Amino acid sequence: MQLFLPIADIPVNVFLILAMGAAVGFVSGMFGIGGGFLMTPLLIFLPIADIPVNVFLILAMGAAVGFVSGMFGIGGGFLMTPLLIFVGISPAVAVASVSSHIAASSMSGAISYWRRRSIDPALAIVLLTGGSIGTALGVFTFTWLRSLGQLDLLIALSYVILLTTVGGLMFWEGLRAMLRARGGKPVPMRRSGSHGWIHGLPMKMRFKRSKIYLSVIPVVVIGLFIGFLGAIMGIGGGFILVPLMIYLLRVPTSTVIGTSMVLTLVTMLFATMLHAMTNHLVDAVLALILMVGGVTGAQFGARAGQKIRGEHLRVLLGLLVLAVGIRFAFELGIRPAELFTIRETGGAT
Amino acid sequence: MRRPLAISALALAAMLTALPARAERLIVSVSNHRVTVTPNYSGEELVLFGSVEKDANTPPNRAYDLVITVFGPRADMVTRRKERKFGIWVNTDSRQFLQVPSYLAIFSNRPIDAIASPEVQRRQQLGINNVVLTQRVGTDYADVVPNDPFRSAFVRLRAQHGLYRESSSAVTFLTPTLFRTGIPLPAEVPIGTYTVEIKLFADGQLVTRTDTAFEIVKVGFEQFVATTSRQNGFAYGLATVAMALMTGWMASIVFRKD
Repeated sequence: MQLFLPIADIPVNVFLILAMGAAVGFVSGMFGIGGGFLMTPLLIFLPIADIPVNVFLILAMGAAVGFVSGMFGIGGGFLMTPLLIFVGISPAVAVASVSSHIAASSMSGAISYWRRRSIDPALAIVLLTGGSIGTALGVFTFTWLRSLGQLDLLIALSYVILLTTVGGLMFWEGLRAMLRARGGKPVPMRRSGSHGWIHGLPMKMRFKRSKIYLSVIPVVVIGLFIGFLGAIMGIGGGFILVPLMIYLLRVPTSTVIGTSMVLTLVTMLFATMLHAMTNHLVDAVLALILMVGGVTGAQFGARAGQKIRGEHLRVLLGLLVLAVGIRFAFELGIRPAELFTIRETGGAT
Repeated sequence: MRRPLAISALALAAMLTALPARAERLIVSVSNHRVTVTPNYSGEELVLFGSVEKDANTPPNRAYDLVITVFGPRADMVTRRKERKFGIWVNTDSRQFLQVPSYLAIFSNRPIDAIASPEVQRRQQLGINNVVLTQRVGTDYADVVPNDPFRSAFVRLRAQHGLYRESSSAVTFLTPTLFRTGIPLPAEVPIGTYTVEIKLFADGQLVTRTDTAFEIVKVGFEQFVATTSRQNGFAYGLATVAMALMTGWMASIVFRKD
């Protein structure tokens, strides 16, 4: 959505300027400073993305997403990748680079959950077998679609479908819980037993730390699904994985977040490796700036998250996810300013 | 048998027409044969100087015209077009450009139409519309008409980045035989070897031509990263993974609450 700035005399994307304002505003609020130094650029050149960017803008974006991810206990990839795309980094580079950023933030998360003994190693290993296969499949699909020229479309479409569905459900759930809580009735636990068929599957295994006895098939399938999505969309998948594990597998809340972080960590490390080896799209400079911003923001976010009630948190997260999804849908529907694109296919001499 | 014959006939004709043109000689030089691009490079200009050397055979008071064409390193590129399908905008059609220059600049001292006839322009590839941009059309390799939508979109997009340009006033004659022109190299300039073709015209005919070249190399940390990622993907991946793990681990130490 272009807007012409009358004095600056250039056309700009309204959303980009809004996002920049939000990111800088966030940081200035956090440190109690004006934030003007962020708006005046310190440009560095990203070697793989092949564009110059403002270091402070990327740092602020990392911090803002890190804050949100710390608050909700998610990786934040679904916010980071779109933000990078909105500032002009190509979707392919954004997806590949964000995977290493998510690896860093889930690493620090996983360490602290490990200290609190809230990771189920057996469950994590079973999830990982599926997750690794899914990631490999995802990266190969990514490469294949890129050669067809349909990668950007697939990334945008999967964001629209996944984010509007998950965001809508989350928002609705949280809203209902909020209304019920306001009505004075206790929030009922969703443990109705309607998913009995999952517990009837063969190849059962005992997961000691989670205290559950469960077939490995659904666990591997969920791991595969998350790994695949992660590689294609540049997301850790925590915001889908956690609900799936709670509602389908009935993993207790004490181990669910820690274990899902281990899956995220390993699939994202694996995705980083594969993206670096097959597509050469991982921008290490971009990733490092994002990581530093991200892990810092996450600490403040985690503290803020403890002060907000669970259902409010879910409504907020749902709204956020929904907004990103709608933004992508909007982008697909309007006529692009430029119908043609050029991509180098190699053979440079 | 007919083709080689035609070619040798053409060559003979060219030699015959070129014979009187021995009268002039072009001497040119660029200000820098090796341009190094650093990370904070924001574009610069290379200067090309030259002079027209005459000898006894040269007709006096001849008016000269110059067309200077700079070709960047060649690469294959794909141009894609979006179309509306089921309410969303999707890449549908695409066209492949084979070994086209990644940078193309055409400078002259006056409009090319005034320098030479359309026939000469086509034969000498004067101007962006006449430079051959080979496309793969089905199983065939050919250039298409200048107003083909893919070709014009390709040229327009390259021009937006300053990579394709045409200027009919960029060459200035300082004296009737001494000339100069600036070759702007934008921030996104591709690295590699650039060739410069200088063609001298008089009375609508090519008099003589000469070639020169320069090289653009990128230096610095960013280029090192880009090269490593391309040539040594495995090591690069490992380094990135190690960096992610280190950052995460550091953060968990720095912000440890207990």
